Amino acid sequence: MLEGRKAQFVDELMKQDSTKAQAEKEVNLCIERFIYYSGWCDKFQQLYSSVNPVASSHFNFSVPEPTGVVAAIAPQQDALLGLVSVIAPIIAGGNTCIVLASSTKPLCAVTFAEVLNSSDLPGGVVNILTGKVAELVPYFADHMDVNATVFCESDSAIQKMIKEKSALNVKRVVLYDKIKWADATGQSPYFIMDFQEIKTTWHPIENIGGAKAGY
Amino acid sequence: MAKAKNNTLKLKFDSARNLAPAPESKSAAKIDPQYDLFINGKFEKPASKEYFASINPATEEKLSMIAEANAADVNKAVKAARAAYDKTWKKMPPAERAKYIYRIARMIQERAREFAIIETLDGGKPIRESRDFDVPTAANHFFYYAGWADKLEYAFPNRRAEPLGIAGQIIPWNFPLLMAAWKIAPALACGNTVVLKPAENTSLTALKLAEIIQEADLPPGVVNIITGGGATGAAIVNHPDVNKIAFTGSTEVGKIIQRAIAGTDKKATLELGGKAANIIFDDAPLDQAVEGVINGIFFNQGHVCCAGSRLYVQESVFAAVVRKLKDRLETLIVGDPMDKNTDIGAINSREQLNIINKYIKIGQQEGADMYQSSANLPRKGFYCRPTIFTNVAQSSRIAQEEIFGPVLAIQSFRTDDEVIEKANNSPYGLSAGVWTDKGSKIFNLTTKLRAGVIWANTFNKFDPTSPFGGYKESGYGREGGLHGLSAYINLTK
Repeated sequence: MLEGRKAQFVDELMKQDSTKAQAEKEVNLCIERFIYYSGWCDKFQQLYSSVNPVASSHFNFSVPEPTGVVAAIAPQQDALLGLVSVIAPIIAGGNTCIVLASSTKPLCAVTFAEVLNSSDLPGGVVNILTGKVAELVPYFADHMDVNATVFCESDSAIQKMIKEKSALNVKRVVLYDKIKWADATGQSPYFIMDFQEIKTTWHPIENIGGAKAGY
Repeated sequence: MAKAKNNTLKLKFDSARNLAPAPESKSAAKIDPQYDLFINGKFEKPASKEYFASINPATEEKLSMIAEANAADVNKAVKAARAAYDKTWKKMPPAERAKYIYRIARMIQERAREFAIIETLDGGKPIRESRDFDVPTAANHFFYYAGWADKLEYAFPNRRAEPLGIAGQIIPWNFPLLMAAWKIAPALACGNTVVLKPAENTSLTALKLAEIIQEADLPPGVVNIITGGGATGAAIVNHPDVNKIAFTGSTEVGKIIQRAIAGTDKKATLELGGKAANIIFDDAPLDQAVEGVINGIFFNQGHVCCAGSRLYVQESVFAAVVRKLKDRLETLIVGDPMDKNTDIGAINSREQLNIINKYIKIGQQEGADMYQSSANLPRKGFYCRPTIFTNVAQSSRIAQEEIFGPVLAIQSFRTDDEVIEKANNSPYGLSAGVWTDKGSKIFNLTTKLRAGVIWANTFNKFDPTSPFGGYKESGYGREGGLHGLSAYINLTK
């Protein structure tokens, strides 16, 4: 879907001060990134799960599970690539999100919402808001039904405020202020794991070594 | 209406209840009259010149005087940890680091009896638990993580694992030695140095561990153990040269720590409170389930963050389960923690006993029905009868708030969906228990319960290889297993 509306995105990026070459590169990268994370949806769990060799007669395993609802303040500069790079690993990992689009370059974000809509992504999985960062960040950080917050700028005062407010319900805070989204390091399954919890399950094994039966 | 005849045979434990005392000997452990701070490989007098008393909660007798570290002492410890990190520990080949950690593990095993006795005298937990659970599991944690030191490259695909630097670690009073092991072992294996503060009420086994670390010839400053109260902990949290805070304790203090480090680059793992749901379905093996519930809430007097403090019983077996629980409650031996027959020892402190009693009162005021065992309590020391409440509402404070004592709130349910919703209706998400004979039901529950550790047909099991930690307000990060390594490393490409 993103690919089908490539021309529109390139056009919009150019209206937001990109050159044609830059814009085309960014849109292509966004498409690639979505394909990349789509592939991870049913693979990262195996990579980060474990069967744990406990010393007692129990079967014990750990698997990643989504943290829940993630509130993300998308990067201000890479208006489209940043948005995609933040959203993709969050939803690939099974979370839902509320995303605040770049306030200076919100155009692509709105068009991107149309892409999500026509891709039949279930309603509510990705919610995109536009507005001023300074004004909206407090609500992203202190909402009691949000489980994690993401912030992508290096503004230390806002970082501090997000961390302080997140303490209200022990939100996980993820800061992506040093990530170069256009680089190869801008994608990896470790981004998915930033929004996963590890759940460990125990169950007794009957009669190991014939010592005793039952639970 | 004629009274229903109770055909169920009831075990008689009368003879067992009068078991002759079998006390462990105090003389097998040496407790010094006074303990100083363990900084840079030496025991040093505190800059504050102040000491506080550590008492035996079972008898209220003074055990020892413990140094109260102030900010200057914390600074000294952090400096020692920094120097050790830069000059020795970071540079040491990982396989050599592992040998030191193995040595600590072996020495804990060698002195297991002494550790168990001191843990029980200082904290009030039954000697049976400190001997059979706390001390061996602590040694096992060192054994487990020692082996990871030179294998980290296999733990994180496509990444390099670098140590964080100095880990400031603050641990609670419910499992003093075990929590020290959970914190120190992975930190050292990953190449970090440590400043650890045990809880004010239970410093002794951590200080004994310091003696072992000294004897093990660990390079000075790699592990520093400083004692004190909340102010000492705050000084560690706020010290600018500490790179990581690992905290186990209450959600309230966890939030304070999260706020305190907000303006810094410090990493944190928080293992906080819990209000675990233990769920019994009508097809469960009821006797085993009842044992699991008893172990779930009365293990360590209920001073367990993952204690199964909310019990949900399916309606058709509710009466049977409650009756069995009451019968079993009567057989629990409450008293001298040093007695090897004791099931429930002393409450850790007078303050904690007051908190528990406050909640017992709240439960009654909220209209719940209370049942306590008829056990006689020793006249001195801090004790609480095992207590269960029925007729509890989901909104009751005894069903919502963590009590951290031997108090169980019981509710009933009809359907799977109902109990999942009730169990998840909590700000906490540390652990949960499910009792049923049906495998598919187990997995339906275990995947839908929002908690970090789920015990199916068992409860309160721990192992160094098994990750432990919470969802939601029970904290973040894991301790134990492969996943526990993440808490002490930076991943680089």
